Amino acid sequence: MRIDKDLVAASATPLVLGILTEGDLYGYAILKRVGELSGGGMQWTDGMLYPLLHRLERLGYVSSLWGTSDAGRRRKHYAITPAGREALADRQEQWAVVADALRQVWQSPPRPAAAVEGWA
Amino acid sequence: MTPHAELEAQIDRWRGYVQRRQAISPADVEELEDHLREQIADRQATGLDDEEAFLVAIKRLGNLDAVSHEFAREHSERLWKQLVLVPEGPDGAGTSPWRELAVVLTLAVGAGLAVKAGLAWIGDGDALMRSLGLLVFPFLAAYFAWKRRLTGAVAATLCIAFVVLAVVLNVYPFAKDGATQMLAALHAPVILWLLVGVAYVGGRWRSDKRRMDFVRFTGELAIYYTLLALGGAVLIALTSATFQAIGADFEPVLEGWILPLAMPGALLVATWLVEAKQQVVENIAPVLTRVFTPLTVVMLLVLLPVLATAGGLVDVDRNLLILMDAILVLVLCLLLYSISARDSVTVPGLFDALQLVLVVAALALDAVMLTAMVTRIAEFGYSPNKVAALGLNILLLVHLLRAAWLAFGFLRGRRPFAAVERWQTGYLPVYGAWAALVVLAFPPIFGFA
Repeated sequence: MRIDKDLVAASATPLVLGILTEGDLYGYAILKRVGELSGGGMQWTDGMLYPLLHRLERLGYVSSLWGTSDAGRRRKHYAITPAGREALADRQEQWAVVADALRQVWQSPPRPAAAVEGWA
Repeated sequence: MTPHAELEAQIDRWRGYVQRRQAISPADVEELEDHLREQIADRQATGLDDEEAFLVAIKRLGNLDAVSHEFAREHSERLWKQLVLVPEGPDGAGTSPWRELAVVLTLAVGAGLAVKAGLAWIGDGDALMRSLGLLVFPFLAAYFAWKRRLTGAVAATLCIAFVVLAVVLNVYPFAKDGATQMLAALHAPVILWLLVGVAYVGGRWRSDKRRMDFVRFTGELAIYYTLLALGGAVLIALTSATFQAIGADFEPVLEGWILPLAMPGALLVATWLVEAKQQVVENIAPVLTRVFTPLTVVMLLVLLPVLATAGGLVDVDRNLLILMDAILVLVLCLLLYSISARDSVTVPGLFDALQLVLVVAALALDAVMLTAMVTRIAEFGYSPNKVAALGLNILLLVHLLRAAWLAFGFLRGRRPFAAVERWQTGYLPVYGAWAALVVLAFPPIFGFA
């Protein structure tokens, strides 16, 4: 199942921040983790991750550090900051409200047709 | 050869492509490349060959335009390129940026002191005017000699040329307030500037591309120098107003020290700025050209009928002729700078046609001028001034005629743009040769009058 683009975009920030709470990661590893978590359903344009990470860095939610990969290449690692954790907690609350609302509306039994007529 | 040579070549090409995006910084390119290589390695692990892995990785990375757009949204400041004068870390060339700054400042102070010394020791106004360029331009040449690591032969040739010029300008027994000494003073800077050009191109003065670089450099230098001068003028005005308010006289210090030291020094600093920003900022001269080419066309079209109906070419004021010469030089500069910034593969467009109109209008003006000059010479006989003006006009005429012919061919699609460009850069040394003739040969020919 492919997830709608807008939904992917909306969930990108909390997802990346959430993944980074598991530990410091570099860009490609973050994307791999996204793939694992969504069973491949959330397809990002890989290149778009980096402007997002830079935005989060500018906002102070993540910090970055250049390290070296196993192959000896320079590699930028990202870590979540305390401000990032706060932002994540805030987003989690928002998403909880949204998810809860969605669940309620989807799980509630369909209204009887009479009620609809009653409004008319 | 490594087993993945073709893959490496592909990654290199991709990197070059990404690096051209202004919004993506070198560090970002590195980050993206690391990503690309990881992706490729993972694809290879699943059994894809190099090329397939590369294609998948590129596809996953996304449309470069869209990605670059995202980068630009996040880093809009990058579209305003920042001028980093003293870059961090070694630049690979081996010379530290601070050392370059030290060299520039030393040469700037040297040029300032040379002018100050000239003012103090060459009291005579005429001799000073002849030598002023000689006191400044060698420092500029020295900067490029250092920067481009000139070979001994080129450096020696330049030294000899400077010395010959210095000897001629100071040893020739010029008559006081004579025409030939005035002409020599006017033409010496042209020679000096071309000598600086030889140093600028690192001795490779036969190369069209290098010459064009020097043309670009000249335009940018003029603009930077003007900006520095404006800034300096503001500072001087504020200081002088303050001194006046407290009743002290600032003028002796200003005239005696600040101007003689600052004006040549600023030239060196402007040179260094242009060198430093070469890759960073859009060249300004071509932008100005775009604005002023149409305006100049209008100006020429207004001037032509005015001149043609003025009548009595013999009595035409000499100052008017000099003005017209200035206009022609301006037209040439407009032409040169728009050519310097034009991508030589784009097809001819409206602006090229406009340029042709400009050149043709300038040619018409030059024809009027030449008629006036020849009539004057026929009427009053030869004088050094008239011959020099006539010579310059003939040079300009040849330059413009051929430029118009080539531009016409280019507009009709008969000629590549490179031909137009080559003509412009190829003709430049002719002006140097003419200036050398005026400085070296005119005084003896006309008896130093």
